[in-house]
Amino acid sequence: MQSFRLLRTYLGPHRKWAILAPALMALEVAMDLLQPRLLQAIVDVGIPRGDLAFILRTGGWMLAVAAVGLIGGIGCTVCAVLAGIGLGTDLRRDMFGKVQDLSFGNLDRLEAGSIITRLTSDVTQMQELAMMLLRIMVRAPLLLVGSIVMGILTSRTLALLFFFLIPAVLIIVTYVVRKTFPLFARVQACIDRVNTIVQENLAGVRVVKSFVRSDYEAARFGDANDALMQVGVAAARVNAATMPLVMLVFSTGFVATLWIGGLQAFSGGLEVGRIIAFSNYLMQALMSLMMVSMLVMRLSRSEASARRIGEVMAQVPEVPTPTPGDTMTPASRDGRGAAVAFEGVTMRYGDADADPVLRDISFEAMPGETVAVLGATGSGKSSLVHLIARFYDVSEGRVTIDGVDVRRWDERALRAAVAVVPQETVLFSGSIAENIRYGRPEAPQEELEAVAEIAQAHDFICDMPDGYETELSQRGANLSGGQKQRIAIARALLMRSPILILDDCTSAVDVETEARILDGLLAGEAARTCFIVTQRVATAMTAHRILLLDDGKIAAQGSHAELMATSPLYRDIVQSQAPEEDSHAA
Amino acid sequence: MPPKAQRDTAPPPFMHRGGPWAHFQSAPVRAADSRAAVRRLWGYLAVHRGVLAAAAALVAANSGLSLLGPYLNARGIDLIASRAGIGAVGRVCAIMAAVYAALSAITWGQAYLMAGVAQRTVRDLRRDLFGRLQRLPLAYFDRTPTGDIMSRVTNDIDNISMVLSDSVSQITSGVLGMVGVVIAMCLLNVRLAGVVIATTVLMTAILTGWVGKRTRAGFRDQQAALGKLNGLVEETLSGQRVVKAFHREEHVIRQFARANEELREASTRAQVFAGTIGPFMNLSGNLTLAVVATASGVMAIHGLATVGLVAGFIGYARMLMRPLNEIAALYNTIQSALAGAERVFATMDEPPERDAPDAVPVPELKGSVRFEDVGFSYDGKTPVLSDVDLEAAPGQVIALIGPTGAGKTTIINLLSRFYDVDTGAIRVDGMDARSVRRGDLRRRLGIVLQDTYLFAATVRENIRYGRLDATDEEVVEAARVANADQFIHRLPHGYDTMLSERAGNLSQGQRQLLAIARAVLADHSILILDEATSSVDTRTERHIQEAMRRLMRGKTCFVIAHRLSTIRDADLILAIAGGRIVERGRHEELLQRKGFYWNLYTRQFRRAAVGTAKRI
Repeated sequence: MQSFRLLRTYLGPHRKWAILAPALMALEVAMDLLQPRLLQAIVDVGIPRGDLAFILRTGGWMLAVAAVGLIGGIGCTVCAVLAGIGLGTDLRRDMFGKVQDLSFGNLDRLEAGSIITRLTSDVTQMQELAMMLLRIMVRAPLLLVGSIVMGILTSRTLALLFFFLIPAVLIIVTYVVRKTFPLFARVQACIDRVNTIVQENLAGVRVVKSFVRSDYEAARFGDANDALMQVGVAAARVNAATMPLVMLVFSTGFVATLWIGGLQAFSGGLEVGRIIAFSNYLMQALMSLMMVSMLVMRLSRSEASARRIGEVMAQVPEVPTPTPGDTMTPASRDGRGAAVAFEGVTMRYGDADADPVLRDISFEAMPGETVAVLGATGSGKSSLVHLIARFYDVSEGRVTIDGVDVRRWDERALRAAVAVVPQETVLFSGSIAENIRYGRPEAPQEELEAVAEIAQAHDFICDMPDGYETELSQRGANLSGGQKQRIAIARALLMRSPILILDDCTSAVDVETEARILDGLLAGEAARTCFIVTQRVATAMTAHRILLLDDGKIAAQGSHAELMATSPLYRDIVQSQAPEEDSHAA
Repeated sequence: MPPKAQRDTAPPPFMHRGGPWAHFQSAPVRAADSRAAVRRLWGYLAVHRGVLAAAAALVAANSGLSLLGPYLNARGIDLIASRAGIGAVGRVCAIMAAVYAALSAITWGQAYLMAGVAQRTVRDLRRDLFGRLQRLPLAYFDRTPTGDIMSRVTNDIDNISMVLSDSVSQITSGVLGMVGVVIAMCLLNVRLAGVVIATTVLMTAILTGWVGKRTRAGFRDQQAALGKLNGLVEETLSGQRVVKAFHREEHVIRQFARANEELREASTRAQVFAGTIGPFMNLSGNLTLAVVATASGVMAIHGLATVGLVAGFIGYARMLMRPLNEIAALYNTIQSALAGAERVFATMDEPPERDAPDAVPVPELKGSVRFEDVGFSYDGKTPVLSDVDLEAAPGQVIALIGPTGAGKTTIINLLSRFYDVDTGAIRVDGMDARSVRRGDLRRRLGIVLQDTYLFAATVRENIRYGRLDATDEEVVEAARVANADQFIHRLPHGYDTMLSERAGNLSQGQRQLLAIARAVLADHSILILDEATSSVDTRTERHIQEAMRRLMRGKTCFVIAHRLSTIRDADLILAIAGGRIVERGRHEELLQRKGFYWNLYTRQFRRAAVGTAKRI
């Protein structure tokens, strides 16, 4: 079982508590088991003899035993909590650290949402399991065995009842679980369906409204809702039978105890106190049996969590860090851009037999050059620039920066050398200034404003209530898409990296603003080598060189004029985006 | 500003399922007016009055019968102790067996009935909530995060369901049982009863008072720490690629370690206190046992009690303790369910979109649209549109241009009556838009948005969404007009391909083509088009342009335009800035005017010119 393996590994550092907890629990159980025997002594010895002192003494013992039991119980709880929470904290720490080590390829496969669930609810699940195991999982079996032993000690004949009652409870529980399990799976499926419809209606509310489909949606929801209700009733009704059935077993036990006890009392001199004590042991045994079966069901749920956690921990970063002795960091380049070269690069996502997204790409970008990467969706533009930042590794060939293979670059130096504005804008909570400073927390305010100005963000930031100190709500919900993109551009500019990559990051910025951003960038172009991924010819035209990608291959490269002259595909694209008379006008 | 960023605030996936910490989220919240919430819930329950009455009768019978158990046990023990003969014991055993069998049957019957009532009631609640959601204005969805609404439909209603199916009967039978136990104990032996009741009350007071208070405070802190950690995890991991790109791993690990440590401290406190409830309950059971045994032993010696009484009282003491603890445990569950119910009802009470009482149905429209001095503000303070005047004759194409946030989307929101104007009026075929039935108006008015929403259904069903009674042939024909037929045929199951949630298996362009097909099928008289900006490749783009042109033929069209070709061909260009129309006219006229439009136009092409000049 994966959950046990995980528990063993992570309880290791908290061994002390993990061992102490069951020991203290054993103390509590032992004390609990003593009580009915003391009670029996009062009934069978104290009362018949009329020995008041004996009764009071035994009563005192019962209180003392209860007190010791409490100490055991609380001690066990404290130890179990320390062990369990220690495990949860360590597990979360290790998992989070692990995720930080993963590369883009790993992250593609494990969706962010699913990692979040694993890191939060799955870990909590394991933490609860550990605490439960150390408490109830110890208590219930101990109590069960102890009650049976004490029951046998109290009366051998009555103890025979265990042989019938325990299997009966087990059969009932197994039956109910078998019966309800598929039903609950169906309930879950129905809940998912209902949630999907609600979710769709919320996300597509404009579509639903503009096509006036409320009645249709209500009917669709009604069907799903009714289905959920019906399965829900069925499941709840099967479940409703559990308690009464188990109660029936319990009460059969009591009646049988009284009847058989009575027979024994009349024939063989079984004391009445023993009958009372035995009923108590019987009750405890059956209750703990119920508890054990509930826990087993619970365990299967934790197993799924342990498996999901294991999946993350088993990930191997796809982009390995270079061996420390093998790293090279090129000499400083005095504020000039870096040279980037692709040499016969082929790249696949995942397996070696997958279709390559880039094939045999070779080109060279001079320091300070601006290169536009143009092509249709899926032509491999983003993959190409990702290789420069080494978000992924090449399958064949090599990518070099200033003549050094990116795989031999020190990771920190490489990240500092390449600034990326990703396609999807991600901002973090905190102030606007903190967000722009993300890559260089120590940058002074003047620099901050200078880059914001280039990114055409300064003006709107100043218009905000607290200017640069304005706090962003979650993921920047208080900004428009275009504003977020401009902050992301400023963030990358502040890095002052010799290489800047703009990955189609101006989609929400209007044309005029985009033009001003690009103008600003090009004004200081010598300082950095710039890659602009785009689908707009107008944007690409601003670059020194255009790489035209088609289906993972370089279809043509050169300046706008060169491509107009040599590439029919390029002319085709230009024509589709700017009609003839306009390109003539240019 | 139209809160367009709404889409970004979709809830993280783990929030909807009632995950293990879902109940913590709502735990500290209490209903502001529990009584009102209960009254409203009763309205839903009252439908099942008959079943409820039957269940109540069963609960009462259950409580009464269960009192007999310990009494009969006591009788049996006394009979054995007094050597009354096996026959008498047998009779008691037979009665006991019958009582217990009846009890089991009754318990089952009551749970069976309540399961049906509970499930039907929440079904009705869900139906009404969804029904109301369908009728709420867009403004509601703009200001309420999707996650909030989702959690009402799921978590809140689940909590209500749980309380209805379990807690109600548990509490009723608990209270009834407790009263019965007290009476039965007093009847059997007043003094012993006093001792047991005193012990029980004392232990319960300690449990709910001392331990309970600390536990609640502990859980509140734990919840806050957990919320903080989860927020951090969610934010970091959804931006993980940026964290890596900017090499901030060590920083976020440090941040995480701090939050993790806080959580460890808070939850250790919470769990330790919560964990003592078990041992304390165990203690109170043992204490009662000791007290009953000693007290009844002493009394037995003085002839004030019998041996059987000891057995009987132990049974009763257990019955007294259990419901007390249950009610204490259920209190929070019920409080949070009522708070949930209150949220559900609050949504149901939101004012729906309502037509004027004398709203007229809209027959066919010719398609003339006029804005007369329209002014509008989303929040009632910041004007988004002012003095907007415009006129579109049937069949004309109106291009709306201008920077982001200028008010283009708002004009369209008003035209489709997602919002109503604050001042001025919008006339469609001469009728004030507010005087006609909203549904009718929308039915004649097609909207193709940039971000197409597709449902988790087949391609065919998604197209048919435009007109539900369309035949398969009509669907295919619409797809052909929209240039979508080709790619649909290349999908694994053609028109029957299931689109996954949010249609991740289609490209942006393909999704747009489907939206166009939908609009073609609907055949509206007025069209609103939001042109895609840049995310579509050239070939698909050409397909879309062509499809749009076919779709627009002969209809009045409002286009939020980004393509120059569209703008140039428009009958009227409206340049919008700062919520006003700053320029209007045709392409050539506006170019000659050398104003706002000319500026925009030349800027875009100046770059092209510069870029080319550099190389040449």
